[in-house]
Amino acid sequence: MTVSRDRDDKARRNRRWIVVSLAPTIVLLVVLTIFPVLNMFGISFFDVKWSGGSPIFSFIGLDNYRRLFAGEVVYWAGVRNTIIFALSAVTSQMVLGFSMALAVRAAGSVGRTLLTGIFLMPIVIPPIVIGTMWRLILGREFGLANILLGLVGIPQVDWLGDPRIALASVIFVDIWHWTPFVFLLMLAGLESLDQEILEASRMDVTSFWQAVRHVIIPMMLPTILITLMFRLILSFKVFDEVYLLTSGGPGTSTEVVNFSIYRTFFAQDQVGYGSAMSVVTLLSITLLIIVGRGVVQRRAAARSSRR
Amino acid sequence: MRAGTASRLLANAAVWGYAFLILGPTLWVLSNAFKYKIDIITGATFAPVTWSNFEALLFSRQAHFLLNLLNSAIVGVVSTAIVIVCATMAAFTLTWLRVPSWVRWPLLGWALLFHMLPTLTFVGSWYLMYASVGLQGTYLAVILTHVVHNLPVALFLMISFVGALPKDLFEAARMDGCTYGQVFWRIAFPLVRGGMIAATALVFIFSWSDFAIALTLSSTSTMTAPVAIATFAQEYDIRYGEMAAGTILSIIPALGLILVGQSFIVRGLLAGAVK
Repeated sequence: MTVSRDRDDKARRNRRWIVVSLAPTIVLLVVLTIFPVLNMFGISFFDVKWSGGSPIFSFIGLDNYRRLFAGEVVYWAGVRNTIIFALSAVTSQMVLGFSMALAVRAAGSVGRTLLTGIFLMPIVIPPIVIGTMWRLILGREFGLANILLGLVGIPQVDWLGDPRIALASVIFVDIWHWTPFVFLLMLAGLESLDQEILEASRMDVTSFWQAVRHVIIPMMLPTILITLMFRLILSFKVFDEVYLLTSGGPGTSTEVVNFSIYRTFFAQDQVGYGSAMSVVTLLSITLLIIVGRGVVQRRAAARSSRR
Repeated sequence: MRAGTASRLLANAAVWGYAFLILGPTLWVLSNAFKYKIDIITGATFAPVTWSNFEALLFSRQAHFLLNLLNSAIVGVVSTAIVIVCATMAAFTLTWLRVPSWVRWPLLGWALLFHMLPTLTFVGSWYLMYASVGLQGTYLAVILTHVVHNLPVALFLMISFVGALPKDLFEAARMDGCTYGQVFWRIAFPLVRGGMIAATALVFIFSWSDFAIALTLSSTSTMTAPVAIATFAQEYDIRYGEMAAGTILSIIPALGLILVGQSFIVRGLLAGAVK
């Protein structure tokens, strides 16, 4: 009798633990992420006017979406720039980061702890500070970049103000910012490779480059794909640096999707239209993530079945 | 792969060259904090040292930067504490206990997706939500949003740390009649402390660094340091010296963590990225 009551009591306490341990996380996610998405989806069918600090909603059906797909210019310039930004920055980071990791793995480096510390700096320093720093460096009149160019007699370049090179400057800053991260991930990946396979492969390959191409890259493929995916998705989040470096300008030359959304919501007070923009962006990126993960997982599955 | 002296030299030149590319510009910018405005504008590399920028930033009549730093600290500490507690409990339950699959997979799937979606697509909606319940601009709004923003990454980190614990321990404890709660507090919690420190360091850095959320959800009295630094740059007469001084003050936590807990941060970053 007492034994079974004890057991019931224990089972009840165990069930309660499961609920109690998961509840905070679930409640937070539902109230602050799922509800806002649904809310945003709803608002995207309304026109919202502000009157004395409180919103007045009027239903306008699909008009916000029609306007976004038919009459919008800035947002689509942002889409184009975001794609150019993501592809070129991430490709450069992957190539640079992987090459440096390979060099360090093959040849060793002096002062590893200090080196890791320095490489961690751009990753942990607030992005807004990175933006501030580069705004000072790339400043037209007394930035470090133009001071250095001046020393070798090259005339001043307006890095952030010239529409032809502003986007390239922003991409450069992002490459500078995130290559160390790719390097650290790649180095950790290279160091965890199976040493026996690497040693055995030395019999079959004749040069370092052959080893890289036929042994190391195939073995590193899962790490490479995951890092690529991770960086690509993060680069679609770009906002802080652009906000500070160029605010999307000059014109629309460095406009990115996130900045368009921010401006529509907070500078132009077009809540309904901004919601429609957010919904379209959210759905496109979700699709991209699902397709991307599918590709990564298929590649990983194909590799493990070949073994 | 044994390499000759020449390639050793080349490899070191490459990585230390990059390290210099990180350090050089950073130090140049930071050095502006100790220069008079006239020396910054004329581009003098070596100039008389002054603390006037720090004084103006922190102690002048219109200065708010001490308050901004304090706000960042309050938001960072409180939100990180909540995130770590929630994530560690949930990670333990999801890893070792039987959770119905209609709870488990939607939870993990949505957490992963939310983690990857741009924050900016949510801020408008958050703003409206907080405004409609009168919380806009309060600490609570910024803290709650930081919590939910960093919860997924902490959850996945803690799942990887909790999952690395030996399974036998839990089974032995349950044989001995421990309830789930006791297994968590007496066995899992002490063992996973190293992982919790790594996650804490990382989540605090994320919260301290956040710009988008604080920019849109804070008010003048709850404004955090990154937002304050951005406003310096938006003013008509950019105060370069104070901007650099603010930059130095706001990277101190990050640098401190690198010095004290470099291995923890690397561990956290690597574990977080492979998810």
